[in-house]
Amino acid sequence: MSNQGKVDCGRRRLVVATAAVGGAGAVAALVPFVSSLLPSERAKAAGAPVEVDVSKLEAGEMMTVEWRGKPVWIINRTKDMLETLPKLADQVADPKSEKNQQPEYAKNETRSIKPEMLVVVGICTHLGCSPSSKFKKGAEEGMAGDWLGGFLCPCHGSTFDFAGRVFKAKPAPTNLEVPPHVYLSDTRILIGEDKKGA
Amino acid sequence: MAGGTFEKYKSDGSLGGNLLEWVDARFPATSMWKGHLSEYYAPKNFNFWYFFGSLALLVLVIQIVTGIFLVMHYKPDAALNANGVPIAFASVEYIMRDVPGGWLIRYMHSTGASAFFIVVYLHMFRGLIYGSYRKPRELTWLFGVGIFLVLMGEAFFGYLLPWGQMSFWGAQVIVNLFGAIPVIGNDLSIIIRGDFVVGDATLNRFFSFHVIAFPLVLIGLVAAHVLALHETGSNNPDGVEIKANKDENGIPRDGIPFHPYYTVKDIVGVVVFLMVFSAVMFFAPEGGGYFLETPNFYPADPLKTPPHIAPVWYFTPFYSILRAVVWNFFGLDAKFWGVVAMGASVVIFAFLPWLDRSPVKSIRYRGPITKVMITIFVICFFILGYLGTLSPSPMGELVSQVCSVFYFGFFLAMPWWSRMDKFKPVPERVTMK
Amino acid sequence: MKKFLIALLFAPLMAFASGGNVHLDKWPGSVSDKAALQNGAKLFVNYCLNCHGASYMRYKNLMDLGLTEQQVKDNLMFTSDKIGGLMAVAARSDEQKLWFGATPPDLTILARARGEAGNAGAGADWLYTYLRSFYRDPNRPTGWNNVVFENVGMPHILYGLQGQQVMNHETHKLEIAVPGTMPPAEYDKAISDLVGFMVWMGEPQQEFRRTLGMFVLAFLGLLFVVAYALKKEYWKDIH
Repeated sequence: MSNQGKVDCGRRRLVVATAAVGGAGAVAALVPFVSSLLPSERAKAAGAPVEVDVSKLEAGEMMTVEWRGKPVWIINRTKDMLETLPKLADQVADPKSEKNQQPEYAKNETRSIKPEMLVVVGICTHLGCSPSSKFKKGAEEGMAGDWLGGFLCPCHGSTFDFAGRVFKAKPAPTNLEVPPHVYLSDTRILIGEDKKGA
Repeated sequence: MAGGTFEKYKSDGSLGGNLLEWVDARFPATSMWKGHLSEYYAPKNFNFWYFFGSLALLVLVIQIVTGIFLVMHYKPDAALNANGVPIAFASVEYIMRDVPGGWLIRYMHSTGASAFFIVVYLHMFRGLIYGSYRKPRELTWLFGVGIFLVLMGEAFFGYLLPWGQMSFWGAQVIVNLFGAIPVIGNDLSIIIRGDFVVGDATLNRFFSFHVIAFPLVLIGLVAAHVLALHETGSNNPDGVEIKANKDENGIPRDGIPFHPYYTVKDIVGVVVFLMVFSAVMFFAPEGGGYFLETPNFYPADPLKTPPHIAPVWYFTPFYSILRAVVWNFFGLDAKFWGVVAMGASVVIFAFLPWLDRSPVKSIRYRGPITKVMITIFVICFFILGYLGTLSPSPMGELVSQVCSVFYFGFFLAMPWWSRMDKFKPVPERVTMK
Repeated sequence: MKKFLIALLFAPLMAFASGGNVHLDKWPGSVSDKAALQNGAKLFVNYCLNCHGASYMRYKNLMDLGLTEQQVKDNLMFTSDKIGGLMAVAARSDEQKLWFGATPPDLTILARARGEAGNAGAGADWLYTYLRSFYRDPNRPTGWNNVVFENVGMPHILYGLQGQQVMNHETHKLEIAVPGTMPPAEYDKAISDLVGFMVWMGEPQQEFRRTLGMFVLAFLGLLFVVAYALKKEYWKDIH
């Protein structure tokens, strides 16, 4: 009856074997529970790529479309707007877009496929507010006198230029995110997919 | 034993040892471990029937865990969605189709509901044949009856949630039963429903009861059940009190530490149970139309009653007793007495400890009368259960009346037949069969 | 007209009532026959989806039948332009109620709902028999009746394929009066495929469920062996 100190080798091996097999089973049983936390088919359907027609977007105008519940801005930038970008290179935190906030094809000075057409997720990279557009130069929209136009996040004051690049010494750590997108034709953009994988 | 004092843990100087000593000085970790597991002495002659207690605990855990995940996706809403389907019903199909792994979690929960009752019925049957309800374990038994009652409520509330035809009309019928109670009946059933028919208000409050109120009570009762058991120690197939025969260290001579002996044994029981459980869940999740009733794949329609409403199988024995009562007494109609009979048929289990007057506990040492009575009782229970799944018929009514009489006769005449019966001498020590 | 409405009102009730006493032909198909399921899907979207929804299904799920996204888009999608969209019916349910007297039921899980206690698979047999048991009945407003579903509200949508059956009142059997485009054997096969699709649609992951079940049981078998050996080892102590 006394079993004190009788943990012999065979017994220990069986304990380990049972614990290992049982543990593997327990981990496998976690799979349905953890995967049920992932986005459902409904969420995926709602997050499917969005097709946008930009033929009616005039120069200097901006439109917002919803993709995965987030606002995506499409801005048809004027020459004037584009000319501000090189001037601001020393004022923005990541002028060459080195941080991975855009697909490879948008890693350029205008952060876009076509120079004038900016496609960017309108969510501040600080804490997720949506910045507001401050396109007019100077103090007209309540900005500083040397403001060249861009975006201001109302929550914590981060500012972004016309390429969605964040200014130095602001709370937002990185430039605005450029979503994967592809031109289906000259004026039709598919947001959310760039046909690389598919 | 449980509640006894154990020495506090002394560290061996290692980091883990120090931590355990620190905890043990502030929390009864060692004493709980020893009192309930490693130095809880259980009779060494447990047989097959003693698996179902730990299995019931396992099913409770399965139901709670799967339930937590189902609540993340389920919506208790009787309003119609854009496709004209009640949102609650559609959300169940959403879980089955759109949520990754959702179908498995849902099947675990629906199979678990039936498994819970199978395990609990077998657990109760064990108590019945080995006299586990008798002195000194009356309170353990009463907590157990409480668990059974709460479990029935839990299952009933849960069954409304898929908002199918059976959910709806089953709830409608059961809630209307309360209307049979004189004077307050009508108001009572309105209070339960929160509406004049089973509706959105009913669905929401049943949801609340199902996921919060009843599980809390259930867990509390289970804790009380186990604590009471560990206070008196377990009964066994011989009905011998092992505490009556202790060695020089105060350890029962026929007792073995629950851990590791019964933990390793229960693991085997758990694995076998999971095999049966998985076989149903993966190959016949509808349980042949008894675990998931097929009319429940139609969304609830308050204007269209299915021609044949049967409760889920685990309620059918009691439902048959309800239907068996067709006579008016004392100026009150049969409906009322049916409800009384049904309620009594469940509650009567609570009186077992005081109804049984046999000098011995276990069926092993009792005479033919006990064996015959228990056999008839079980047969009647099965027949009542079977009849409860069928549409009413004159023949079925007669048979269920006869069975109901036997059912109650078993309990009410027990003080006489249990004393009349012959019995064999009970051995001093347990036997290993 | 009044009679028509009353009949339609009670039709669903009678459907429930008439389930038990008619002999049902066994559905001969199988949910693992992908080609049959694809054919069934095609019949379903062409003939059923106009009035009945399958609103818990997504078009995307049809890819599980071994079709590519493009094939689903080209052959099986008419109403929705999104592959992730639900296979809902275009008609609105309240309007349908006005036209038909009752909303045609959603068909996603109808095969499961038509099962019986003790025989959950009976739904397939019911559908297989029902869709082959329409006959001409001049007393019915739609001109159609059904052996399995007496005074059914739905007319025979597939009569172009099956032809028109009439009831022989002497033998109580159905006979083809006007042949359709399909010979009887071919029609039976088409219906078998359609039913197969509906059974599959009731639970699209059912094949995976069974496969997974085999693995789980095999694993538990292994666990049983170790756990049992462990128990034996410890219980050597007990005499």
